[in-house]
Amino acid sequence: MEISGAELVIRLLERQGIEFICGIPGGSNLPIYDVLRDSSIKHILARHEQGAGFMSQGMARTTGKAAVCMATSGPGVTNLLTAIADASLDSIPIVAITGQVSASLIGTDAFQEVDTYGLSIPITKHNFLVQSAKDLLTVIPEAFRLAESGRPGPVVVDIPKNVQKEMVEFESYPEIGIKQPLPMCNEKYLEKAVAMISGARRPVIYAGGGIIAAGATDDLIRFAHKNSIPVVTTLMGLGAYPHGDPHYLGMLGMHGERATNMIMEEADLLIALGVRFDDRAVGKSCEFCKHADILHIDIDRSEIGKIKPSNFSIVGDVGHALKAFADRVEPSIRIGWSARVSSLRMLHPEILPDKEDFFHPMNLLRVTSESLSEQSIITTDVGQHQMWVAKGYPFKKPRTLLTSGGLGTMGFGLPNAIGAALANPDRRVVCVSGDGSILMNIQELATLAEHHLNVKVLIMNNNRLGLVRQQQAMFFEERYFASTFDSSPDFVAIAKGFGVPAFDLSEEENPSLFLRKLLGQDGPCVINIPIDFDNKVLPMVPPECANREMIGG
Amino acid sequence: MHNYGIDLLVRNHAGVMSQITGLFSRRNFNLEGIICGPVGKGDESRMILTVADDSKLEQIVLQLEKLYDVIEVKRVEDSPLTEVLAQL
Repeated sequence: MEISGAELVIRLLERQGIEFICGIPGGSNLPIYDVLRDSSIKHILARHEQGAGFMSQGMARTTGKAAVCMATSGPGVTNLLTAIADASLDSIPIVAITGQVSASLIGTDAFQEVDTYGLSIPITKHNFLVQSAKDLLTVIPEAFRLAESGRPGPVVVDIPKNVQKEMVEFESYPEIGIKQPLPMCNEKYLEKAVAMISGARRPVIYAGGGIIAAGATDDLIRFAHKNSIPVVTTLMGLGAYPHGDPHYLGMLGMHGERATNMIMEEADLLIALGVRFDDRAVGKSCEFCKHADILHIDIDRSEIGKIKPSNFSIVGDVGHALKAFADRVEPSIRIGWSARVSSLRMLHPEILPDKEDFFHPMNLLRVTSESLSEQSIITTDVGQHQMWVAKGYPFKKPRTLLTSGGLGTMGFGLPNAIGAALANPDRRVVCVSGDGSILMNIQELATLAEHHLNVKVLIMNNNRLGLVRQQQAMFFEERYFASTFDSSPDFVAIAKGFGVPAFDLSEEENPSLFLRKLLGQDGPCVINIPIDFDNKVLPMVPPECANREMIGG
Repeated sequence: MHNYGIDLLVRNHAGVMSQITGLFSRRNFNLEGIICGPVGKGDESRMILTVADDSKLEQIVLQLEKLYDVIEVKRVEDSPLTEVLAQL
């Protein structure tokens, strides 16, 4: 058969099982859009390419399958870069297909020309500049295989316009790109790891996003229960272990609970599973769990010893390791260690705000969680509200929290919520944001209105860049600068202007009942919630300090 | 100064040099010398890199091994390139 490169791209994406493409057309990807018009794939027209990138992330983060975004050359690509870098740091599988100027114009500073290949090298798992339409037969399936296999990540496929228009003749379509089986852990190493765990007196499980990527939640629970081991998770690991379980100690690190970080100080074995010892989690790395041996298991060999040397490590599927641990460890109640953990938790209880203070973010989140099911999806932006969600929202299932862990991108929440709602039409999605973050991708309210999705946006509004202000208060002797907004937008009017129903919770007689009612309704809405700007996220470990040096709480 | 050699076999295409040097700049690794040329039928290239003796060598090799375009990574103690570079 003979078809154009553009048609080949779309046919290969259809065969790949892609349901949605989020993107924006422009001069250099119009041939692809011309074919997409008649495709079974539904196109979601974002209002900014970064929004398109984050929508595809919302699909990928909730389903675990690679999702697709598109942009044209030049500014389309530069706008997309933040979402790609974000996916890279959080190991999220997306395939970004970008238009490029025709090959004869590359290097001439043509209109809307930018070096997509060069710009995307440091922020992708891999990137391709397609030289001929025939190459698409291998590149497109390969892009999906790469994005989903091993440690997932973003892949960019840059396609010059002449390649999109070029006719290509081929016999049959290639096999679709599928996730390769994960490498198994070495049997002898697993035996040794089990012996280490059995020999430890004060073990702690440190679980990260790798558990979620591996789908290993059930075996993690079985392992922790059978051997009575306390579990901490990273920000990316929230949902990998159910909140409320007696062994669960919540998130560790910069905004972990005091008891959690103190318990880790006393550990003699740290079982690090699908984690990368990020500085927000471990603080000053040479001081982290100083008295513990480290058993590190990860799919990515370069993470072993990158930040902190381990006493023993296994490179392979953490799901395989957890199944082996859960099967092979002897049941134990670890009476001494369990008692010590309980007493540290009693000694340093989580400090909660007065329940009557309805407009405290922690109380707002409690009411929110009571109004939703454990399958509901929460997305956040970045700042104080994000940390309040991490601390205060009782995540019980994997892939229910979508948050920008590695890159910390403000503007992440709304487009991710849209992507999550598209891929999960029967689930409720709540985007918890702040008045600083929401402005960074607020244009996507137009996309939300257009598709009338089940997304509720809660804007915790302190008219400040709250976490910046908090750091100025705590570490810069209250020299506040550039953290307070002089003008405060009317978010209710703005949302209504976009065609999204909107409310101000402070104007309601019974805000708690009103919030519950709104969260129970179908369709989109924006809820502005004024909060006190003096609220702080505590405890907090000062940047570059040891976790035991936390302040407050 | 003592230099360590890294011998790479890579896919030969226009962007491969950027992939390798991009990794070094992205991760703040020090790249001292580089020599490169196509081998076999021309669809593969051999690259010899020298890096200063530093503690990051292990991490450099692990990161290089992850690159899609890198087919093989070997560490070499006595790289002939060290002598070539000394004559520059």
